Parts: sequence; C-alpha cells; structure tokens
Amino acid sequence: MNIVMQDVILKIENLSKSFGPVKALRGVNFELKKGEIHAIAGENGAGKSTLMNVIDGILQPDSGDIVLDGKAVKISSPTMAQQLGIGFVHQEIALCPDVSVAENIFMATTNVSRSWLMDYKKLEREAVDVFRQLSDIDPSVLVKNLSISNQQLVEIAKALTLDCRILILDEPTAALTETEAQTLFGIMRNLADQGISIIYISHRMVEIFDNCDRVSVFRDGQHIVTNDVADIQPSDVVNAMVGRVIDNLYPEKAAEGAISEETVLKVKGLSEVTRFHDVSFELKKGEILGIAGLIGAGRSEIVKGICQLEGDVTGDVWLNGEKLALRNYQDSIAKGMVYLSEDRKGDGVFLDMSIASNVSALKVEQVAGPLGLIQTGAEEAQAEALGRKLNLKCGSLSDPVSSLSGGNQQKVAIAKMLSVNPRLIFLDEPTRGVDVGAKSEIHKILRDLANDGVGIVVISSELPELIGVCDRVLVVREGRISGQVTGEEMTEENIMHLASVTDAQASVA
Amino acid sequence: MDNTVNLAQADSADNTPFLKRLFRMRETGLIVIILALFLIMSFASPYFLTWANMRAMSMAFAVDGLLVIGMTILLISGGIDLSVGSVTALAMVIAGWLFLSGVNPWVASAMAIALCTGIGAFMGFFVTRVGLHHFIVSLAIMVIARGACLLFTGGRPLGLYTLPPEFKFIGQGTIGPIPIVIVIFLVFVIAFDFMLRRTTMFRKVFYTGSNEKAAAYSGIRTKKVIFLTTTLCSTLCGIAGIIYMARFGSAQPTFGLGLELTIIAAAVIGGASLNGGSGSILGAILGVILLSLVSSSLALLDVSVYWQDIIRGSILLAAVTIDHYLNKRRG
Repeated sequence: MNIVMQDVILKIENLSKSFGPVKALRGVNFELKKGEIHAIAGENGAGKSTLMNVIDGILQPDSGDIVLDGKAVKISSPTMAQQLGIGFVHQEIALCPDVSVAENIFMATTNVSRSWLMDYKKLEREAVDVFRQLSDIDPSVLVKNLSISNQQLVEIAKALTLDCRILILDEPTAALTETEAQTLFGIMRNLADQGISIIYISHRMVEIFDNCDRVSVFRDGQHIVTNDVADIQPSDVVNAMVGRVIDNLYPEKAAEGAISEETVLKVKGLSEVTRFHDVSFELKKGEILGIAGLIGAGRSEIVKGICQLEGDVTGDVWLNGEKLALRNYQDSIAKGMVYLSEDRKGDGVFLDMSIASNVSALKVEQVAGPLGLIQTGAEEAQAEALGRKLNLKCGSLSDPVSSLSGGNQQKVAIAKMLSVNPRLIFLDEPTRGVDVGAKSEIHKILRDLANDGVGIVVISSELPELIGVCDRVLVVREGRISGQVTGEEMTEENIMHLASVTDAQASVA
Repeated sequence: MDNTVNLAQADSADNTPFLKRLFRMRETGLIVIILALFLIMSFASPYFLTWANMRAMSMAFAVDGLLVIGMTILLISGGIDLSVGSVTALAMVIAGWLFLSGVNPWVASAMAIALCTGIGAFMGFFVTRVGLHHFIVSLAIMVIARGACLLFTGGRPLGLYTLPPEFKFIGQGTIGPIPIVIVIFLVFVIAFDFMLRRTTMFRKVFYTGSNEKAAAYSGIRTKKVIFLTTTLCSTLCGIAGIIYMARFGSAQPTFGLGLELTIIAAAVIGGASLNGGSGSILGAILGVILLSLVSSSLALLDVSVYWQDIIRGSILLAAVTIDHYLNKRRG
C-alpha cells in the first residue's frame, strides 16, 4: 500500500518472558515500520498482550532487546513508554466517566508534564486540536454521556496528545458497530499517513485484510510469520494462528428438512415503553435465528424483555405452543428459557467462584438433596458432564473461573445455561473475546443443540458470524424489526442496509 | 489446542494431599497463631492457664461470636453493618425497660429481638428498595439506635435485680462445667457454618456477593438475598443483646461502643472480603478468638489498656496484608 517511508522504527529482538513455569514469549522477533498499520493476530494466550505490555513498559522482559530508532532501550514503565512516544489504547476503556472529555485527555498529559502548575488554556487548545482531526466530539461533554465508540476515540485522542509515534490499539472494534469501526479505520489510515506507526491487535480477518498493511501472527508465545496482507489469504492467517488447518470456520447450516414446522418460540406485538415496539417473530424447531442491529438498536433489550430480565414489557409470547405469563426471570428459567449475557466478566460468570458452582448457579436446587443441602459430588458431576460435552479445558473443577482463558470462561457460561436442560437459549454475543479455535467449537455446539431441538437465538455485532452460523437473521433498527434475511439474501450489505437506512432514506433511494 | 478432554486431569487435581490442602486453608494459619499465642501465654503468666481465666475468656468471645456470624454472612452478600454495637445495646435496653415496666422478661426479650429484626428489615428496605449504600444506612442507624438507648434510660444503666433466676440462667448458668453461653455459641456456630457451606439458600448469598448482576442473570433474587442477610445480622444482634442482659443482670445504654469495628475486624481476619463473595464462619470465629485472646493476654501481662487498640489494629492490618499477598500469589 502507500508506505512511503520504509524505516524501521521499532525492532524487537529475541525477546523472552516467562511467568513462573509458563513461557509467554519465547525468542520473539518483530519489526514495525514507520507509517504502517501492522496487524497482530493470534489466539488468546498466544503472547500478543504480553508483547504489547513489554513494549508499553508494564512488563519487563527476561531477555532480549527492544530497539527504538536504532538504539536499544529499556522501557521500565508506561510513563517512560509515553516519553518515548509509545501510546497504548487498551481493550477495556479506562476513562473517568464523570469528568469532561477534555479533562480526560489532560490526565495523561498532566501526568508527564514537568511544570508545577496546570496550563488549562494550553491543554484545552490541544484537546480541540486533537479532536479536529479525529471527530466532532465536543471536548466539554462528560465522558459518561458518550457512546462506547466515541469513548474509544477519546482513548485514542488521549494517546495522541502525548505526541506518540507508535500507537498500539488492542481490539478497538470489539465494542463498535460496523459504521463506527469504519470511521475508526479512516482515522487510523489518516494517522499512518502522518507517519505514525500503528500496531493493531484483532481477531477479525476482514478488518485486518481491509485496513492493515502487514500482519504478524503469534502462536504459543512464538512469532510465526509476518507478511504483507496483499501477499496472503485470510485462511493462511487463520491456519497460522491455530496451527492446524481449519477447513470450515463455520459449521454446516441446517440440513434440508431439519427445520421442522414446529414452532419453538412465537412472539407477537411485544413492546416496551421506550426501548422497542411491536416486535413479532417466530422460531422453528431446528433453526438458528440471528438478531442483527446497531448497538443501541434494542437487540439485547428485546430478548431480555422476552425472558423478563428487564423492562416493562407488553405483548404475547408462546414457548412450544404454550402461552407464557412470566412474572420474572425465575419463571422464565423454570419454563426452560434462558439468556446468556453479552458481558461475560460483568454479569455472565462469578469470576472468583469455582467452575462447578458457576455451572450450577442457574438452579442450585438441582444438585441439592431434599433438605436443600448441596451435594458436592452431584455438583461436580454436573460440571464435569457439561464440561466434557463442551470440551472445556481446565485444571480442577474447584478452580476459580478467573483462572480460565476467555474461551473457556465462555464455555462455563454456556454450561450454566445447559445445566437446566433449556428449551430455548438466547445467546448475546456468544463469542466476544473468544479465540478462533474456541469460537468455532462454540458455533458447532450451537448447531448441535439446534439439531437436538433446542431453540437457539444468537445476537451478534459480527455480521460474518451471524451469516455463518444462522439460518435466518432478523434485523432490528431503532427498536423495531426492520426486516429479515435468509438463504442467499444473507449478506453483510443487505443486513447493514436494513440496520442503518431509515424508511425515509429507503423510499428516496 | 488439540481436542483432548483435559477434564480427566480434574480428578487427579482434586486429590491434592489432604495435608497440603489443610495448609492452604486460612483457618489453619489462624489456629496455628492462636495455639502459639496460647503456648507463650501459658509460660508468660501463671494465671493464664487457669480454669477461671479460660472461662472468662471464652465468655468474652462467645456472645460476640453471634454478632460475627451475622456480620460474616452480611459481608459475604456484599453488605456491611456499622450498627451492630448500638443495636445490641438497644435490644438490652428495650428488653430491660419493658421488664421494669412490668412485662414478663421472656416476652420482653422476644419483643426486643423482634424490634431488632424490624430494624434490620428497615435497613434492608433502604438498601434494596431505596438504593442507598449499606455503609451510610447502617451508620445512620448506629447513631439513631444509640440515641434511642440513651433516651430510654436517661443515659444511666438499668439495674435489673429482680430478673427471675431462670432468665439469668441463660447468661450465668452452666450445664455441668460448661456455661450456657458457650453452649448457645457452639450451637449457633455449628449450625450456621454447616448451613453456609451446604445449603442452597446460603449458596445464593455467595453468588449475590460474588457478582450481583451475574446472580440476577442467573435468576437469583439478589435484593431479597441482601434484604434477608441485613435482617439476619440485626436479629442476631437482638439475641446477643438479650444474652448480655441475662449475663450482666443490667441494661447498659453505652454497651458495645466501637464493637462494630472489632466484629468487622474479626470477620475480615477470618477471611471475609469487603467486596463480598467470600468468608467463612469458622474463620470469623477464629478471628474473634484471636482478638479476644490478645486482649486478655495484654491485660494479664499488665499492658496498659491504651496499648490494646493499637495492637489490635496492627493485627488487623497484618492479617489483611498477609492475606492479600497470599491471594496474589495464588492468583
């Protein structure tokens, strides 16, 4: 692509880092050129984060060199990394919600400033300058009033105010919709053209191949390959990441005739005061139904409304032909209708509790005797059976869930859903933050469940996932179902059109 | 990433040698410290290892033990209660006042315990329905309950010399050589420790404290859980207050000043987390025993009472620091 300057700005030589017996990085070599967007791909635990943390001075390497502008440097802290011109935008947004955008940006600058007094005028000017090139966010609004994507932009702006030459972005699009992501990519290219080098960490092949110049793949703490994206195929990257050939990223769709006439779920005229209106749809047995839509369109709210998790909902719901009159989520669980939350760490699992007690949480009574006494044996047996079914990799079932990787934590959350033998599962972003291997396992599990007659509804911001996994996709826009696509019509363009174009625009076109 | 099922390892991992697991348990560490202190004191003071001293010491922590049970359960659910000292005193004062007004002492006690339960429910209401923080609500109740104590007694202790002997028996009697107070204490400890470990009801307390939102998303009525743990803590305060009244034969409006800090410290030393989700009754009781043992040792060694708080505070800080590092290493 349009890399004018080919100088190497950052060079990592033979870098190793261990945590106790675990070798997180083994003799890694890596080169970053000036003005390039360099993607880093790898499964969770491949060593990407460790390497980035070493570059940002959060971790110290056991051996090996970091060479910046031809000089070997020792980066002893994030503050020092800032002084060297390295900015790191972490995956988790770490802003102060109750102060203004400008003040949030000041935070980092103030921290490295040598002057004793605050120069508010200068800082405000700088903040406005930075935002002129990024977007039209008003620097005086409070961060908590911004959308997630704009908060992400504030994080980037924060890094940019430090005159950084190297910008590390760790999965910045995880919380963004397609349109927001596109905006971000435009900004990234703009920055790269100004000579800033960007390290871009992502799981998503489409993003890497559409927006980056080069890609490096890591696996098991080792650097596997670096290539120009023009020279390789997405499947090469995926295979390098996984270390084996993945023939099919997604499982087979429902076989001919596998979708029966029997209706698992029927929703009619479902409304919530502010969040969604007049939602009606059906789910057939054996079918996987997807729900697409921009963030904030009401996707999650609709399914949470159906199972009475939140909202003041009116309308009718039938499950396997039976009309439901749920008062709360407990009733929904009792009827076999469960919801897998989109925020695994926030509300999906109990991180500091054992795997076994996580799996049993939906209905602890199932592993208890007549007096309400929990039978530890029964509880472990339940977790073990479900863990086997989901190919859960763990040390001991009494280990806390926090000891597991993202993919395995998600399997625990899914095992929790399965523990009550559900008739219908709503899965909200079932593979967010999950590595490629575990992701395709989870997809296969969903198809198996659907084939067993369990109703499956998947919400996802990743369109390729919805298209790959679902038999039919409903699209939600501004709290209403704006359309549905199935078979050949399931394309990203069609879905995005339904998700983002208003009726007025559509009639003009 | 091959497709082996690593669950097979689970069986072997669970067979960690018993001794090793025992060593890792926090309770073991506390028992070792308590025994060591016990041993040192036996040599240091001739009065330490006497029946009278043992009895006095166990009486001292036994009733506080009831409070620490309630506090631990509340901490596990993610709450905290600063009002335990004043609510205990209020139970004593109300029961004493009713008794002096001519009410049967048993009825008066039942009414006082009911009142404390009501106070707990009142706090639970403010926390779960109004949405205020435990800390603030219980701080307010701490002050209000203490004020009520002073109001009912005019600030002077109520002498209850006419309490019937069968009532005083709760606080002063013995079964064989063992004081009734200790028996009550043991019954409560064993019952609650067992329930906390084994019942689905209390498992939900752990779920709620560990991650309230995840618990709600698992169909647990977290508000109800928090309401009940808040109420239970105050009920236990009521029971403790009555036992103290029977033991002292009087109702003291200033009883239990600063007691809440001792109780919270004991629970935390015993492994309860202020963030909720962890804690054990056995640990908390050992915490109370440790603090009480330290107090009486210092008294026996003629250390000025003014030093005692400094030393107890330091023990709390040390215990929590050690635990923090142990947890870090494990994590």
